[in-house]
Amino acid sequence: MTSESWAHLSNGLVYSTIIVLAVALFAFALDLAVGSGRRRLQSRQQRRSSSHGAVAHGAESHGSVAVANPPVNTGELPADERWARVGVSLSVLAAVLISLAVLTRGISAERPPWGNMYEFTVTGVAALLVIWVAMIGRRKEWRDLGIIVVLFSLLLLGVAVLVLYTESAELVPALKSYWLWIHVTAAIISSAVFTVGSLASVLYLISERTERRVAAGERGGMWDAVGVRLPSSTALDRVAYQTIAFAFPLWFFAVVAGAIWAEDAWGRYWGWDPKETWSFVTLVIYAAYLHARSTAGWRGRPAAIIAIIGLAAFLFSYFGVNIFFVGFHSYGGV
Amino acid sequence: MPSDVIDQLNPPDPVVSDKNVTPPRLGFLGGLRWMWRQLTSMRTALILLFLLALAAIPGSVFPQRGTSPLRVAEYLQDHTTIGPWLDRLNLFDVYAAPWFAAIYLLLMVSLAGCIVPRCFQYARNVRSVPPAAPRNLARMPEHRSWTVDGSASVALDRAERVIRSQRFRVRPRDEGAHAVSAERGYLHEIGNLLFHVSLLVLLVGVAWGAWFGYRGNVVVVEGEGFANTLTQYDDFSPGRGFSPSLLAPFSFTLDDFEATFLQEGPRRGQPDSFTAEMTYRTSADAEPTTTTVEVNHPLGVDGAKVFLIGSGYAPMFTVRDGDGDVVYSGAVPALPQDASFTSTTVVKVPDVQPEQLGFNVTVAPTAPERVSPATGPKSLFPEADNPRVYLGAWAGDLGLDTGIPQNVYQLDTSDMKQLGRQDLAVGETWQLPGDRGSITFDGLAEFANLQVASDPGRWVALWAVGAGLIGITLSLLVHRRRVWVRVSRNEEGRTLVEVAGLSQTEWSGLANEVDAVAAQIQSDQEDDKEHM
Repeated sequence: MTSESWAHLSNGLVYSTIIVLAVALFAFALDLAVGSGRRRLQSRQQRRSSSHGAVAHGAESHGSVAVANPPVNTGELPADERWARVGVSLSVLAAVLISLAVLTRGISAERPPWGNMYEFTVTGVAALLVIWVAMIGRRKEWRDLGIIVVLFSLLLLGVAVLVLYTESAELVPALKSYWLWIHVTAAIISSAVFTVGSLASVLYLISERTERRVAAGERGGMWDAVGVRLPSSTALDRVAYQTIAFAFPLWFFAVVAGAIWAEDAWGRYWGWDPKETWSFVTLVIYAAYLHARSTAGWRGRPAAIIAIIGLAAFLFSYFGVNIFFVGFHSYGGV
Repeated sequence: MPSDVIDQLNPPDPVVSDKNVTPPRLGFLGGLRWMWRQLTSMRTALILLFLLALAAIPGSVFPQRGTSPLRVAEYLQDHTTIGPWLDRLNLFDVYAAPWFAAIYLLLMVSLAGCIVPRCFQYARNVRSVPPAAPRNLARMPEHRSWTVDGSASVALDRAERVIRSQRFRVRPRDEGAHAVSAERGYLHEIGNLLFHVSLLVLLVGVAWGAWFGYRGNVVVVEGEGFANTLTQYDDFSPGRGFSPSLLAPFSFTLDDFEATFLQEGPRRGQPDSFTAEMTYRTSADAEPTTTTVEVNHPLGVDGAKVFLIGSGYAPMFTVRDGDGDVVYSGAVPALPQDASFTSTTVVKVPDVQPEQLGFNVTVAPTAPERVSPATGPKSLFPEADNPRVYLGAWAGDLGLDTGIPQNVYQLDTSDMKQLGRQDLAVGETWQLPGDRGSITFDGLAEFANLQVASDPGRWVALWAVGAGLIGITLSLLVHRRRVWVRVSRNEEGRTLVEVAGLSQTEWSGLANEVDAVAAQIQSDQEDDKEHM
């Protein structure tokens, strides 16, 4: 096969991934509405009802009959997990397809496919999906991030295909270095994991708000309808912390590897190039998150908000820097 | 440890930790101590971290003198109202600004104030034993219990053996005690301290390099040389602690330079490789060594590095006067104007009669067949496939004697009159009108734009980030935790075994570890039964 036909195959795989992800998103939305999310809602109502001693009231006002029949763990899969399982299966398929898209793009260009914004974005989505699917393999609760991870991946792929697309081609001399493998791989993996963590913090804010309002007896807004179907804020907080604590040293390494490379390529290890500045800003904000997690008065909401600011800073250092500023990291596509 | 850090293992004294208490009348020293405690609190560190992130941002928004002085000058020209104000606020030198330094220095003081006492505390406690078991193990985050037959002391011995085998540090048991206290994961604190100390060392390394280092640019045409002295640089920016004696006495000649570009495909014309063949000597009387310098492969000599950062073409000319005597001969580097290396430069010939001569030169390495009048001469491809120069000749006073420094790439034509225009291929000669002589285009040489940089602090910085990387990884992967086992008699006269665990930092593996300890104790009990 020629270089062009490999590139063509890669594009086809990216389009297929988008279609599969769109269906997966639909499945996760169904799961929230009628599946395991709904069951969680019922078990929460039940817990609250029994703790407030108002079983009848809870059952009536929400039209739920499940209170009388709490789900029994019989070892069999409850039927209402069906949609979540469909979503996960499709996500696994999407992870495989997008990984193949990265592979074929690399074959087409005869180099690691990390030479321009389009390729970084596609590889980043592949890393995000593969890491998240692997996390589900280890612990099922991480499946609950499905709706937001899939939505985010779809948005990124959309931007990649519509805005960033660049034809497969050779690298400029400055990028021809083994540091490209090291620096960009570390950056892609850590940013994918940061993304999982910060997206969990977004869900945390929704879930925590609902929990507070439920505790205060006021409920009924649109966000509460989502909030009651989400995992508990404690679980989401834990996911956020664990992923960010994993990604932080890796991001630090990516920045350091970039500095070592810059020392050879540009004659200085740190020069406050816009990309360097924003990767530093991202690092500092996630450092603040890790400190906030262990500081009295900063746990919970403030920490989650910092994690979301961290994601915003990362996204700006990824897209914003190339769109708005001129610097050493201005490369193909944008 | 800052008073507002949550530490599950060492719950703070409630009086000390209440940060909402307004400081009572403390006197001067007390006030200082109160301020110090505020500065080293985690809350302050967090706010300083935020300020640092915020303060770094304007440096990416506004052009910076350190990296792009020309863009700063342009910005000041275009924004005459707001520009000077931004300049007064150091927004064109953000990373050298006093307010930026204030933030990171305060952060480093806050960090040192937090970390240094903790280092001492760690050193004091390096052999300390875990505290005795708390009274109520059931209140710990992880708790398992079961009953066994047999004596309590046998069960406790067994538990201690199991815990010791899992590399816990165990508290020596007091006479008659019914519990084992154990702790492990001390690498967490070592990693934590290592990371933060290495940040301080990193700052020292960066400052050292900025103070004693230097950086300079030089354009070297093929066949020409360079010796590392101040006069040879086209521009030079030293650190404040720099003295010329710090310049390593090396020299080199650029034997050959070659730039290749993609010949086909969607990126046709994109640079493919830059290669500079050089011969260098570490000092005037050292043996010459040949080497190849490429992008990403600098030449390292005596602590300085020579980088290839750009390239271009230098047309070679010979100018003769009316008598046919050579009055000028050489190559002049031309500044590339576009991706196809259409380049411009000037040739100044002061020593010629009757008037000084000047030439505006446009170089096209691959010349078009016909020059479009709208755009002027434009090269078609960056490689020198069909080089051609487009000359504009001027005669008069070059203005070299006014004492005002001149731009070597510009011709001051205010005291000159134009003689005419002509374009030349390699080897062609243009006879200037009025018996003023001739100019010959001898060929196109290539030049390399080289940067020489010395940063004596870079090894300190590299070791610091290496240590920091190990430190942060240890601190986030290792968890300091305590495990207790207590045996007691319950009402039925059987032996109740309790295992409990507590982690200093949040750790989802704690449950597994407590399970593992409990399972090991239980399986040892089974083994003992079989042996009985």
